[in-house]
Amino acid sequence: MGMKLTGFAIVAVIACALPYMVELYQVEVLIILMFNLILAQSYRLVNTTGDWSLSHIVTMGVGAYSSALITKMLGWPFWLSLPLSGCVAGAIGFMIVFPLLRTIGFGFFIGSFALGEFVRLIWVKFHYPFGGPRGLINIPPASIGPFDISDMIVYYFFCLGIAVLSIWIMYRIDRSHIGDTFKAIHTDPTLCETVGIRVPRYRAMAFVIGAFFAGIAGALMAHHQGAIDPHSFEATLMVYLIIFVVVGGVETFWGPILGVIVMTVVFELSRPLEEWRPLIAGAILIFFLVVMPGGLEILVPKAMAILRKVSAIDRLLPKAPV
Amino acid sequence: MEFSTLIQTIANSIVQGSVYSTVAVGLALGFGVMKMANFAHGEFYMLGAYVVFLLYTTLGAPFPLAVLAAFPIVAAVGMLTERLIFRPTQGNVLAGFMATAGLAFVLQVLVGQAWGVGLMRAIATPYMGALQVGGAFIGWQRLLIVPAAIAMVAALWYFLYNVKIGKALRACAQDPEVAALQGISINKVTLLAMAIAGGYAGIAGALMAPIQPVTPYMGHDIIITAFIIVIVGGMESIAGAVLAAFILGFIHTFVTTLFDGVVATMAGVALMALILIVKPEGLLGKVKA
Repeated sequence: MGMKLTGFAIVAVIACALPYMVELYQVEVLIILMFNLILAQSYRLVNTTGDWSLSHIVTMGVGAYSSALITKMLGWPFWLSLPLSGCVAGAIGFMIVFPLLRTIGFGFFIGSFALGEFVRLIWVKFHYPFGGPRGLINIPPASIGPFDISDMIVYYFFCLGIAVLSIWIMYRIDRSHIGDTFKAIHTDPTLCETVGIRVPRYRAMAFVIGAFFAGIAGALMAHHQGAIDPHSFEATLMVYLIIFVVVGGVETFWGPILGVIVMTVVFELSRPLEEWRPLIAGAILIFFLVVMPGGLEILVPKAMAILRKVSAIDRLLPKAPV
Repeated sequence: MEFSTLIQTIANSIVQGSVYSTVAVGLALGFGVMKMANFAHGEFYMLGAYVVFLLYTTLGAPFPLAVLAAFPIVAAVGMLTERLIFRPTQGNVLAGFMATAGLAFVLQVLVGQAWGVGLMRAIATPYMGALQVGGAFIGWQRLLIVPAAIAMVAALWYFLYNVKIGKALRACAQDPEVAALQGISINKVTLLAMAIAGGYAGIAGALMAPIQPVTPYMGHDIIITAFIIVIVGGMESIAGAVLAAFILGFIHTFVTTLFDGVVATMAGVALMALILIVKPEGLLGKVKA
């Protein structure tokens, strides 16, 4: 317990100190890191039932479009549009997943792509209210009451707060009875049905909760960028999301977070090689799927064991009773 | 719709369906044998177009030779993909699919670095002129694709049903374990399937090179259509792929003529979703996607 608390304290200090330690354009990277953390973690939540979705980026887009339209056309405040857009994304997520509950595995994967792409093409097709291929511009910057929170550093801390809150809620879900049911469905869907678990209901639930949080990430992104277009939610972007979770791993709760952080660092370091970035991403994806299918998370226990052996501090600390 | 427009649209649909079928049969073949869902299949198509660009436009080789050369070159890429990606991930459809999505990125960047990113490569049409039928014009270059597609599908059909190794390929598709017990080497068969799949995608791209703008990203649209086709036709069915290719060719061309390209794509993905939900094994398939 002591070690866990120390760990969290260190992470908290780093998270708060980081925006002051880096250059201003890198604060931008940190804000995007927050969106990606929520996105990857919610993608893993959908994944715990064994379903791989290809429409997660589109549900994120639903959140972005909803929040943009709610604040622009209805003139409602940002603090209200943020949770509302999560709900809209959840509702659209339900409409995507409901017909797909008959499919599993590859069928679900490619089917979610089809329905997600359909939603995306609606944005391309209809100029009113979605703005067609050029999307929406002049999305009002984020503000809470009279306070403008669109300043880079302020918005970073706001997104950090939302990300921590979202991840905490998803952690509680993961450790709850519902989370156990999701994992049971992944392990043996037939057995689950036999013992009276309504498998389709739980699969839909995981998908909708995941879509809700993806929507939140999308809304945060829309108000940060000020403009969104259908191009930003293409299947290509989905591959990057898959890279995050494949690099980190999906077995443990912290795998996707590890993946997002590592890949953000990799992309940041490869900034001078901008045009080679898809190649780097693709090569990393192939490497992890072919050579290291468990992701980085399988290295963590090994690293911890080595760390324990080496560290003298561990020996000095009183052993916790087992 | 006027009569001449109707004829024109039907002719365009047939040409489009022919292109789709040459691309989709390869994808269905790979999926039939050991469930290889190749997302980089569109990039194989793109590589075929670049082979024509390199041999015909840059080096001045005759057009038919350049098209034929696309087969062995892209087939080799297909075999490499089998060896390096599909064999280690055998038994996991999603892992192979995702890893080939990574391969698609890699190939796009490599080609982009070699010949320029986003730069459209105009390839001079080797066969000028057009055939006139009932007020409709079909360029010879486009018309050429129809007999080429028929020949390719017929050759594949003959190979699968009359040649020993082709029969082995079908046996492996039906039941890999029993096929292995009969002494068929599964690794050899999958290698062969990916070689044919790659070669066919390469020829399709090569034939389309003078018609379509050649860019590193030209495989992106065709791969989505190709997946729609194999899902609609039945993932592992060659006949289903050909049937669905023409259905999609007609839907895309007619909807594009009557409405626009976006609605046509919407119709395609909606059809795919409908098939997955109502008839997951596809029109002519036996295995659920």
